[in-house]
Amino acid sequence: MIVNEQIALDHGLKKDEYKKICNLLKRTPNITELGIFSAMWNEHCSYKSSKFHLKNLPTKGKNVIQGPGENAGVIDIGDDDAIVFKIESHNHPSFIEPYQGAATGVGGIMRDIFTMGARPIANLNSIHFGSPQHKKTKNLLRGVVRGIGGYGNCMGVPTIAGQTSFDESYNGNILVNAMTLGLVKKNKIFYSKATGLGKPVIYVGSKTGRDGIHGASMASAVFDEKIEEKKPTVQVGDPFTEKLLLEACLELMAGDSIIAIQDMGAAGLTSSSIEMASKGNLGIEINLSKVPCREPKMTPYEIMLSESQERMLIVLENGKEDMAKKIFDKWNLDFAVIGKTNKSKKIELYFNEEKVANIPINILVENSPMYDRKWKKTKLPKKIKIKKEQFKNLKIIDVLNKILSNPNICSKEWIWQQYDHTVMGDTIQKPGGDAGVVRIHGADKAVAASVDSSAVYCWAHPLSGGKQIVCESWRNLISVGAKPIAITNCLNFGSPENEENMGEFVECVEGLGEASLYLEFPVVSGNVSFYNQTKDIGIKPTPSIGGVGLIKNCKNMVTMDLKETNNTLLVIGKTEGHLDQSIFARDILNEKNGPPPEINLFNEKNNGETVLKLINKKFIRSAHDISLGGIIIALSKMCIKGKKGAILKKPNHLINQFEYLFGEDQGRYILEIDNNNLKDVTEILEENSVHFDELGSVSDNYLTIDDKTKISIDDLVKSHTNWLTNYMEN
Amino acid sequence: MNSSVITFPGSNCDRDMDVALKKFGFKNKMVWHDDIELPKSDLVVLPGGFSYGDYLRCGSMASKSKIMKSVLNFAKGGGKIMGICNGFQILVESGLLPGILLRNRYLEFICKNIFVKVNDKNNPYFNNIKKDTLELHIAHNEGSYFCSKEQLKEINDNNQVALLYSDKEGNVNDASNPNGSIKNIAGIFNKEKNILGMMPHPERMIDNMLSGEDGSIFFENLINNLK
Repeated sequence: MIVNEQIALDHGLKKDEYKKICNLLKRTPNITELGIFSAMWNEHCSYKSSKFHLKNLPTKGKNVIQGPGENAGVIDIGDDDAIVFKIESHNHPSFIEPYQGAATGVGGIMRDIFTMGARPIANLNSIHFGSPQHKKTKNLLRGVVRGIGGYGNCMGVPTIAGQTSFDESYNGNILVNAMTLGLVKKNKIFYSKATGLGKPVIYVGSKTGRDGIHGASMASAVFDEKIEEKKPTVQVGDPFTEKLLLEACLELMAGDSIIAIQDMGAAGLTSSSIEMASKGNLGIEINLSKVPCREPKMTPYEIMLSESQERMLIVLENGKEDMAKKIFDKWNLDFAVIGKTNKSKKIELYFNEEKVANIPINILVENSPMYDRKWKKTKLPKKIKIKKEQFKNLKIIDVLNKILSNPNICSKEWIWQQYDHTVMGDTIQKPGGDAGVVRIHGADKAVAASVDSSAVYCWAHPLSGGKQIVCESWRNLISVGAKPIAITNCLNFGSPENEENMGEFVECVEGLGEASLYLEFPVVSGNVSFYNQTKDIGIKPTPSIGGVGLIKNCKNMVTMDLKETNNTLLVIGKTEGHLDQSIFARDILNEKNGPPPEINLFNEKNNGETVLKLINKKFIRSAHDISLGGIIIALSKMCIKGKKGAILKKPNHLINQFEYLFGEDQGRYILEIDNNNLKDVTEILEENSVHFDELGSVSDNYLTIDDKTKISIDDLVKSHTNWLTNYMEN
Repeated sequence: MNSSVITFPGSNCDRDMDVALKKFGFKNKMVWHDDIELPKSDLVVLPGGFSYGDYLRCGSMASKSKIMKSVLNFAKGGGKIMGICNGFQILVESGLLPGILLRNRYLEFICKNIFVKVNDKNNPYFNNIKKDTLELHIAHNEGSYFCSKEQLKEINDNNQVALLYSDKEGNVNDASNPNGSIKNIAGIFNKEKNILGMMPHPERMIDNMLSGEDGSIFFENLINNLK
């Protein structure tokens, strides 16, 4: 096939990009080469619309061992231990084929983690669906949950936390973001930089098939009515093979024969081989006839672009091939020496003795397109004025029940019960709390992780929204007693070619950068997913933030369930009753305008650090951050979890009761304190200039809001737990 | 006491079992499925996981592993063999225990704490155990025990039912049956009661920071019984 402009356009390249390729090569590429360019230069692999802005994110810190640019980020957690972690999107494939899309998303992120030598110890996910009434939602949700469980459960890695939301903006584009944490010794981290000439390049894992060809290109385009035709671009996962691959790789990694290793993820063999050579400033030659193939007569083009799962590329020390092969034979996995490194600084591919591609690597990598796309700023919306009569006919109990059973607030137990969250025997905080916590095997310390997003805030004002999510992640970690260390981000947006969507991206990134810099909570890894869009309609901007923190002594971990009657409840942080963009305003008042709550980074940091101090002094019996739904939803969840009641005090300052209970002001926590410690606690809060109010006290059986308003905990439980199960089973 | 935990390709609770056995005093060895000989053991454990990816049928391919010949011989000699979750599935597939494990009744994977009533204490596994119900943990997709009427009669006649899903108080009813198992069966013995298969994971309940501690009671009792 002779390549021309039309064929390049069909590969998702733009006219000027094709021209650039011909100019750089000083000739027309052949079809294999064109395929390689299209795989490397699509949005998913090249970050061409985002890298201009991503470079401003804070990525360094005293605990950061490896920031963005490797398979995953790495942080130091003391005692020669390090945590490798990253979040990644698998949105487009999950919409087309929910089970396999979600499953391979989980498989892909775990591979990124063990590629670096770390054993995965925890999975998390952030999944977003269309309106519950939309005809596709139920099946997509069921398929995604089964896919995530099907892969993670089989791998024997616990899924410890997650987030699920529903919003009509995801009707045509669901989001599936998967995150994994792995544990590694600091001196046994593996990287993808190839060094040395004439080193054997090894292919291990599954055979290469025709699945997933152009997966990364598909994920770099807007959906239209023909999306069902894209099903063959979705990869098919085999968690059993991945489990074998994990064990085999870790066994090989215990020795010192690996120079560089890279998993074959998006754009398969193409991207893995080019990345290793590019980082080492080397050339690489591969004999494609030696690649283990699942199907006969696969062409070089197909072999290079296949996204078959569970494959790895390794650059090995000379003479170690036999030893390595033995390990992969033991685990029944394919092993093939398919090429070697050289000094050409080119990627040179051979097939049946014939040279089928010959491209200088710098053309593919350094000369890849980068766009400073046009973008539009979002003005801070004006505050809405809620009239008194809008509150008049509302009964607090009704509102509380309605919000507790809101799809975005209600218990997600139906989902996480399908994930094995206890395998590996170190899960000390299960899903359903502020963050999941796993103990470091055999040690007294633990890591906490949570994943958060708030698309509504980001949509209303991306700059504030971006800041808010980082703060929420920080608070969730603090609430379990963990010191926040670093974050990973998965940036899900519409088309970057649309100025408004691009503006949302730019300002969300600015916001999250600002917050992470201030909180010393750097970004160590991440991924960008654009084109979450069907025709002209894009999703609400949805950056997902995965935060990781350290609990030095497991015994200091805190949970959110109320513990003991008569204990005092404090609200940390100032309550001003911000209702705009709250779930109360949107769901009860049907008011969708106004600004999201304001973020005060000084208070956020000061409040969080002080709460952590109190936790480490063992003064806190239970803690929960106040987020969606305000004080009363946070408190209700603490009651539900602890099967305890609470009696609220009348607030000291004049504030409308709905604003007080349902306002979503930021930087706040509810803390349960033993009365004997109350004096010490208030002294520390005052010393640190932390604003606090007395909320009330713990009681039995009932949540008592005022003289006239009382609800039993059993009723709260029903409101909170029934919605999702009823929805899925009817 | 010497124990052996067998690792099949796809086993993923083998380490957890190793940790639990050692915590309660067993000298445990990990045994590879492709090995031919079992080390000298007082107890052999087939751990949970997804041996061979659960492809074909859960446990069926693992039941044909090389090591299983020695396991079958060990069983014939009266050796104690315990299969947890996938290990239970392997035991029924290898014919050491009657019946079969089907998909859970709502066709969904279930991971949660449950209660089981100890149905029989006249055996090396539950002899001397003080509690009548234990809080354990399940994590499985194919845990719905099933067998023919004749088999069920035989199992009952021989007191082969080890554990029944129940509520906290030990009431055995449909509401306390998480997966649709026939007669709420969570675990069974062979006729001679040297072999135990059960879906719940005691090894995940050995630490008060984890899901609970009734697994500790089980293992403590087990090692004392075997001494």
